[in-house]
Amino acid sequence: MANPSGNTGTFEELAMPLFARLYNFACWLTQNRAEAEDLVQETFMKALKGFSAFRQGTNFRAWIYRILRNTFLTSQSGLRASVSLDAEGDASPEPFTSETPESVLLARIESESIQAALKELPVNYREIILLCDLEEMSYQEISLAIGIPIGTVMSRLSRARKVMRILLGAKLQGVVE
Amino acid sequence: MSCDVHADILEAYVDESLPREELAGFEDHLHSCQSCAAEALARFQMKRASRAAAADLALSPEFSVRPEFRLRIEKSIQKSSRPRLNNTLLPWGAAAVVALFLIAISISLFTRHSARDQGIAELLDLHVATMASANPVDVISTDRHTVKPWFQGKLPFSFNLPELQDSPYKLIGGKLVYFKHNPGAQLLFELRKHELSVFIVQEQQGVMPSGTAVDASSDKGFSVESWAQGDLRYVVISDTGSADVHALGDLLRASASK
Repeated sequence: MANPSGNTGTFEELAMPLFARLYNFACWLTQNRAEAEDLVQETFMKALKGFSAFRQGTNFRAWIYRILRNTFLTSQSGLRASVSLDAEGDASPEPFTSETPESVLLARIESESIQAALKELPVNYREIILLCDLEEMSYQEISLAIGIPIGTVMSRLSRARKVMRILLGAKLQGVVE
Repeated sequence: MSCDVHADILEAYVDESLPREELAGFEDHLHSCQSCAAEALARFQMKRASRAAAADLALSPEFSVRPEFRLRIEKSIQKSSRPRLNNTLLPWGAAAVVALFLIAISISLFTRHSARDQGIAELLDLHVATMASANPVDVISTDRHTVKPWFQGKLPFSFNLPELQDSPYKLIGGKLVYFKHNPGAQLLFELRKHELSVFIVQEQQGVMPSGTAVDASSDKGFSVESWAQGDLRYVVISDTGSADVHALGDLLRASASK
């Protein structure tokens, strides 16, 4: 039986259960249906071609997400999106300052506003939030999918959510005022 | 009010990724620190809201997955996965001989032409992906004076396009592609309902055979012609006949030498 997280099986058995999620992730990255379809198609072609190099028993989901992400970053829209990325150091973590009253309100904000804020995020922040919150990947899986150390996963995720809260705070203020 | 707990620890707790040895200590801290407890709750809510909002995108009419797209992917996987030889119809011994023979040929061809084949295979993939795409080109125009300037500032080189007025070929448009990590141009032409891709990339050592000689071949039913002019390599790929590919190559060679 196909088992997408079991990491053994034929390409079709491992890949097709991930199709809808990969497509959704591609939509978030490209924000364009035609580009998302092209991205998913190219990802499947590359993954199928390189499947012999995939080691059975290792993490197939992280492997194919990595192919999709790298394909996106080398595509024209990916290059456009990554132009705006800030230089990111592996900065040491900061103590958090409590934003509780605001955060509680942010949690109640409408889905459309959260989608809009996600779309506004730089692509490296958007992807890490999606991999963690939507795909429910562990830090270890994200580290494999993006190709960065776990420490960087943690600090990037923390910064991404901080920017997300700032964007949502601005939207909330716009609603309140 | 603030706490000296690092944001990363809170994030890891919310993401259920806090190491087991730190988990009990942090949960004890949450019982005694109102600020951290409220923050953790807010982040749980935020995470849940983000997940729901992100999942909603795939359900929207703008982005919902088209069944025919899924079917296309399934078919292409099944087609590519299908074994070329039905070994069950062959006796095992004969199958082994055939396999050894094919391996021997493959090794021989690989050692002779591996760089060329890998380069051509990559461009063939790009051509096939373009044919299957709903948006095959980024600049759509039959006018070479529109298509060529579109590449200005996108490529570290320039190229000439032939005048096609008196030829059966029609320019469709072009797009930026990446070949061996370098930007290049893919131009799409039409001839009697067949489409021809012309790739123009910077010549790279070890990627394609060096030299200016025209190298013609066929691969999986596609006709391919490749040559170098100046510092650029041109590769024409199409499912039309090799004579048609060669004729377009002649037009390109003539315009490049002007």
